[in-house]
Amino acid sequence: MAEATHGLGGLKYDPAKRTRAPEWNVFGALVLIVLIFEILNRMQGGSFLFNMRDNVDAIFNQQRLDIMILQVAIIGIIALGVTQVIIIGGIDLSSGSVVGATAMVAMSFAQTATVNGNPNPKAIFGDWAMDLPVIVPIVIGLACGLLAGLINGLLVAYTRIPPFIATLGMMVSARGVARWWSNGQPVSFPTADYGSLANGDLLGGMTFGLLSWPGQNPAVVFVLLAVLFHVIMTYTLYGKRSYAIGSNEAAARMSGINTDRHKVLVYAIAGLLAAVAAVLLTSKNLTAQAGMGVMYELDAIAMAVIGGVSLAGGRGSILGTVLGAAIFSVIISGFTSIRLDAYYQEMVKGAIIVGAVVLDQWRQRKRTRG
Amino acid sequence: MSRIILETRGLTKHYGGVHALEDANFILHDGEHVAVVGDNGAGKSTFVRQVTAVEQRTGGEVIFDGQPVQFAGPLEARQAGIETVFQTLALADDLDVPSNLFLGRELFKFKLGPFSWLDRKTMRERTLEALATTAVKIPNVDNPIANMSGGQRQCVAIARTAAFASKLVIMDEPTAALGVQETAQVENIIRGLKDRGIPMILISHNLRQVFDLVDRIVVFRRGRIVASLRKDETDGNDIVSYITGVKGGSDAAYA
Repeated sequence: MAEATHGLGGLKYDPAKRTRAPEWNVFGALVLIVLIFEILNRMQGGSFLFNMRDNVDAIFNQQRLDIMILQVAIIGIIALGVTQVIIIGGIDLSSGSVVGATAMVAMSFAQTATVNGNPNPKAIFGDWAMDLPVIVPIVIGLACGLLAGLINGLLVAYTRIPPFIATLGMMVSARGVARWWSNGQPVSFPTADYGSLANGDLLGGMTFGLLSWPGQNPAVVFVLLAVLFHVIMTYTLYGKRSYAIGSNEAAARMSGINTDRHKVLVYAIAGLLAAVAAVLLTSKNLTAQAGMGVMYELDAIAMAVIGGVSLAGGRGSILGTVLGAAIFSVIISGFTSIRLDAYYQEMVKGAIIVGAVVLDQWRQRKRTRG
Repeated sequence: MSRIILETRGLTKHYGGVHALEDANFILHDGEHVAVVGDNGAGKSTFVRQVTAVEQRTGGEVIFDGQPVQFAGPLEARQAGIETVFQTLALADDLDVPSNLFLGRELFKFKLGPFSWLDRKTMRERTLEALATTAVKIPNVDNPIANMSGGQRQCVAIARTAAFASKLVIMDEPTAALGVQETAQVENIIRGLKDRGIPMILISHNLRQVFDLVDRIVVFRRGRIVASLRKDETDGNDIVSYITGVKGGSDAAYA
């Protein structure tokens, strides 16, 4: 069906005129970047994606794929929340600090009483807080992130201060909480259950044809949450309201949407997702430190922006951010694979973030002219 | 004559010392289409903003559908059955046509608070139906409306109003920014409302359009209603005389 006509010859419906989803552009960029690194690796006699060792029966370089998905999984979870905040026209600078504060608090309820036969040298509370069921630190951690997100949302919605300022305040304060919690000391030695949260493997080394699953829980949680929020943003009222508010807040309010309440909900969910990341991070490292999560908020924002989420609000998607996270990860692994110094990596990372925003601006300008 | 759907008594709006609207007595019957005309700053838009509660009036009464009303905002007015197309479009540019049509009144497959599942298929079908009755040309309803021309977007806004019109439709200069063809489409939508018996207040500068479309013409001048004339009892020159103040003043005509 090239063209269907409805009504009095008036409404034309032409599927060919459908605009291409911007995610395809991001996907194209991802493929291109992978290709570039593959070529650069081949020039050095190696391969970026493929298995070059004769003694291993695999097509892909599984080790590298595992590392790539693991290194973005935790920040990727934060980026899922940050994406939603940016779509409603806001920004969240606090997520890295919320990770730090949540990490300290959650870990304090995850400690074990005895380490190698001695009392836990890093104990924060008394015996009552030792060897608690694993659900306790999880719930307390998530509540901590949710609270921070709620405060962000209430500040943005009801004091009308710019989200940049509200979440900047939270960024500084939450980091303060993280340092104050144990006077800057790390909180360590969790129970075995807590330690297995991020280090276990829910899917037990599943293989899909020639690809095998990276086999670690942070990646599992990241993918599950990405699918969940993709569905929520695409098919539910929550998503529709988010895009409407980011697109034209006055119109959304005129249409009967309680924009203030919705903002609080979105910031709260972003805080909750930062807390999920914090729990996984502390479980993975078996320790919590006050400096955990520094700069994570910027990496998360970068993933969203690279994935086509517009800082002006209203445009972008969870799928885009997942692709943005993939690009982020490919670039880091790619530079390592061609043995480029870490300093150069950061310089190029910055340039790519700026480039992504410039591209978005161009797209917008082209649209308003056309 | 039929039932009165909207009546204002002594409706007044002052902005500080500026008397933008003074003692406006206005009556609209069910099924009637009335044009509001007047020079810039005559009080037309101010009048509409008081009725739709975009602003709160300084004084006077608004009686809608037999009840004295004091809406807190435009949303309450809409919930009571007053659909308005404002001069500034109230559309979300990044959403597609069905999402804009159903913004704030979405249809659901099942309800679950903010996570209620949208019935996208039905909303899309109803959108196509609504647009088909208005004969509006939209290249693809699934595109964000940001990609559409000003005329197409205005048509979406008007189609939304027409689709949900229940008791009263108000259009504030709906064709001001449109081309010839798009203007014709909007006028067709307005005729469709007339056929459906939905009363309307049309603000317009275009006297040709006004004489084509409405039953009665109300003239505003300097914040006051100076004439209310049945279309068949007047003509363009007569209306212009009232607009410019050649007629009116002490011997205001009232039909």
